[in-house]
Amino acid sequence: MKSIRAFAIPVALIVIWEAIFRFRDVQSDTLSTPSRIVVALVQGLGDGSMLTATGDTLAAGGLGLLLGSVLGVVVGTLFGLVPVVSRGLRLTFELLRPIPAIAIVPVAILIFGFGYAMETAIVAFACFFPVTILAEAAIRQVPPRLSEVSRALQMPLAARLFKILLPAALPRLFVALRLAVGIALIVAVTVEIAANPMGLGQRLMLAGSSLRPADMFATLIWVGLLGWVLNLGLVKAQHVLFPRMAGSSDAAT
Amino acid sequence: MTRIPSSGLWILVNIAVLLAAIGGWALFSRSGIVPPAFFPGPGKTWDAIIKGIENGSLVAETGETLLKMAYGWVLASLVGVALGAVIGISPWARAYVAPMLEAIRPLPASAVAPVAIVLLGLTDTMIVALIAFGAVWPMLLTTVHGFANVHVRLGEVNRALGLSRLDYVRKIALPSAMPDILAGMRLGLTIALILTVVGEMITVQGGLGSRILLASRRFGAADIFAGVVLLGLIGFLTNALLGLIERRVLRWKKR
Repeated sequence: MKSIRAFAIPVALIVIWEAIFRFRDVQSDTLSTPSRIVVALVQGLGDGSMLTATGDTLAAGGLGLLLGSVLGVVVGTLFGLVPVVSRGLRLTFELLRPIPAIAIVPVAILIFGFGYAMETAIVAFACFFPVTILAEAAIRQVPPRLSEVSRALQMPLAARLFKILLPAALPRLFVALRLAVGIALIVAVTVEIAANPMGLGQRLMLAGSSLRPADMFATLIWVGLLGWVLNLGLVKAQHVLFPRMAGSSDAAT
Repeated sequence: MTRIPSSGLWILVNIAVLLAAIGGWALFSRSGIVPPAFFPGPGKTWDAIIKGIENGSLVAETGETLLKMAYGWVLASLVGVALGAVIGISPWARAYVAPMLEAIRPLPASAVAPVAIVLLGLTDTMIVALIAFGAVWPMLLTTVHGFANVHVRLGEVNRALGLSRLDYVRKIALPSAMPDILAGMRLGLTIALILTVVGEMITVQGGLGSRILLASRRFGAADIFAGVVLLGLIGFLTNALLGLIERRVLRWKKR
């Protein structure tokens, strides 16, 4: 019953949309019908062009995600472990953080030219700041008793880090990763739309500017599906890996 | 969240670190790891900012960017809070409308840009619509959350007083949802700035986004850096300003 109500309005809108185009015989360069969008999506997937574009976007976005997240976890762990560093760097960090990642696209174009490297750099920049903040919080929220244990055992720093702190912070770090995955996909597509001629973003822009609305909407829906599936997969993984965090999983989104 | 160091000593330390970071930036650009023509130091960037202010172009374009950002953000706030209030207090809307919005929400706002261009052309209206579309989601969600989670006792007060629905929204639900709404508006502000830049880079018709894109086409790295510095400042200052407003509006709420 609940799902029927959830689908009622969208299904009605889609049917009305299709009906208007069918019965009024609308010819439009800007809009398409749901049925044609589905056909375009199937065609795009069938001839491989959609998958190639997806691969490009995921490669550049994934590499940037990896780079930005690793750097973010390292810096965030340092901030969490040594509060003096965190407090001293705060002003600098807070001045750099609000720079929109997309604004450094022109800088990256000058240094790297168009292509994977430039997009990877931007995605890494975008993922770095939120991951750093969440990693710092994750390390800080490790129960003090665990730190006391490591001190009582007189563990060296490396052992304390890899045997106590990071494992204890892992569930929260995973939430940070989930957030970063969403950011990476959005930023990668945005960079492609604004400047970089590759991937799903370019496919969207090309379809729009060459008046192929069905293709444009199909790509748009595909991008949405991609983000949805990625997030769903990570949520599921989180439930399996860290069942105790399940309840608070949405705190960071 | 802007975290401001508390004691005077920490402020001095932070300023020293910032100056050291600027020094490091200067050294890096002079080292030639990246050609200095592509990665100018703080001196050249400062010169470009001053030059831009003196001939007025930088001020004008910053104004344009701010204006578009403000229009889009205010539009998103109005729509987000109004729609969020309806969904928050109406079980009917929560059952029928909310799931559809949940499905649209994860769509990257910038991916909607091509659709906006096709419908509205390469215009400022398109940019404002794009900003509003992207920035509306956090406000909508936090408003729904705020309205749906009004304290049980306040609901009892409402019933005891026999308030009309409008009075309930105005006098009880809206104030009680205010912390959530403001948090959403803050998130929306960040998104608004990003989408303003994206939109301006696409249309290339004025504003800081188009300024830095044009600068990169003629290899004017100092002008790009000047624009990036200003965009960072806009992000920092608008966020700080909203923080101040938030503290003032919510002064009744003990923290």
